[in-house]
Amino acid sequence: MNEKKLIIAGLIIFIALATFPFWYNLGKAAPAPEPVLTERAKTANSGQCVMPTDYMKTEHMQLLDLWRHAVVRNTERTFVNPEGKTFQMSLSNTCMDCHANKPEFCDRCHNYVSVDPYCWDCHIENPKEIE
Amino acid sequence: MEDSRRRFLKLAGLASLGLGAKPIYNAFARENSGSESAGVATRANDNALHATQWAMVIDTRRFAHPQDLEPIIAACHRAHNVPFLTDKRHEIKWIWEEEYHNAFPGKAAQFMDEALEHIPFLVLCNHCENPPCCRACPTQATFKRESDGIVMMDFHRCIGCRFCMAACPFGARSFNFRDPRPFIPEQNKEFPTRMKGVVEKCNFCAERLAEGKLPACVEASDGAIAFGDLYDPKSEVRELIRTNYTIRRKQTLGTEPAVYYIV
Repeated sequence: MNEKKLIIAGLIIFIALATFPFWYNLGKAAPAPEPVLTERAKTANSGQCVMPTDYMKTEHMQLLDLWRHAVVRNTERTFVNPEGKTFQMSLSNTCMDCHANKPEFCDRCHNYVSVDPYCWDCHIENPKEIE
Repeated sequence: MEDSRRRFLKLAGLASLGLGAKPIYNAFARENSGSESAGVATRANDNALHATQWAMVIDTRRFAHPQDLEPIIAACHRAHNVPFLTDKRHEIKWIWEEEYHNAFPGKAAQFMDEALEHIPFLVLCNHCENPPCCRACPTQATFKRESDGIVMMDFHRCIGCRFCMAACPFGARSFNFRDPRPFIPEQNKEFPTRMKGVVEKCNFCAERLAEGKLPACVEASDGAIAFGDLYDPKSEVRELIRTNYTIRRKQTLGTEPAVYYIV
């Protein structure tokens, strides 16, 4: 058992190397991106999205999932939000109508958190071709 | 094993703990779990058209030449971003023409009327009342919609296994072997396209019915195609079926097609 020193030294080197990315990048986190709102997104429905902004920030994927299920499976296309306002449930025709700027609105955060949703493989991103 | 009885009791105890986890599993498996707490609701559009089972009656006496079908096919394919692929193996079709002996195999007589033999028949998904494709689908991506009888596709869920294509006796389904986007001649921006690796077919214009409009083919047919509720005795389709002799494709298979042909 005279290799004890070697093993411990090796272990220390291994742990140092394996954790290198963590302590090297400590305190240097990339700043969270700010999504850009189009003029229409700021003014339509007095700047209020279908749900409160905080809810949309954290839960928009759950909401889209609910919409998809209701539209495709339950023949329901009208969404009633807590204030009683109604919207057509459509990613291309409702969401992207205001948020016509996918690169500055959707992609920024999605890239930052490294998610790659496949919505736009089928849904057309800027149906009304708003600049 | 010396203490097999002890071991057995231990395992049984663990297994009963596992059973106790069922409510937790159920909570995760529940649909739309977030929506109730958020105080939101979903409902059908106010102007939507409703039926127990949508059905179509095609008056084939009105179609003499393939040119008569062209505007109908074009209207459908334009509305739904159906790609135009010249390679037959990659072809995508929602509604297309077929000769009598192909559309109605087993119904052709040996020396039948030549006119009938060569007139084009408009064929599409039959939205069967007993659809074999839905039974074949392993992910429930295609399903019989209970509210209106439409055999729907949930393209999000389709894994491209093509069991439904094998199960459909009418060849009504097409598979996207290639990315269809570059082959769409004229994009309808309000309707999604499909992606490579999913199956697609006619959806009886579910998106138009939800807005109170009749299907695109019916609108483009100039009255040759009737559309309505099969279970409403006063509907136009029921009137046509009662007053005319109609046939359906491969009726003996028992899938109960909802597309009727007046010949």
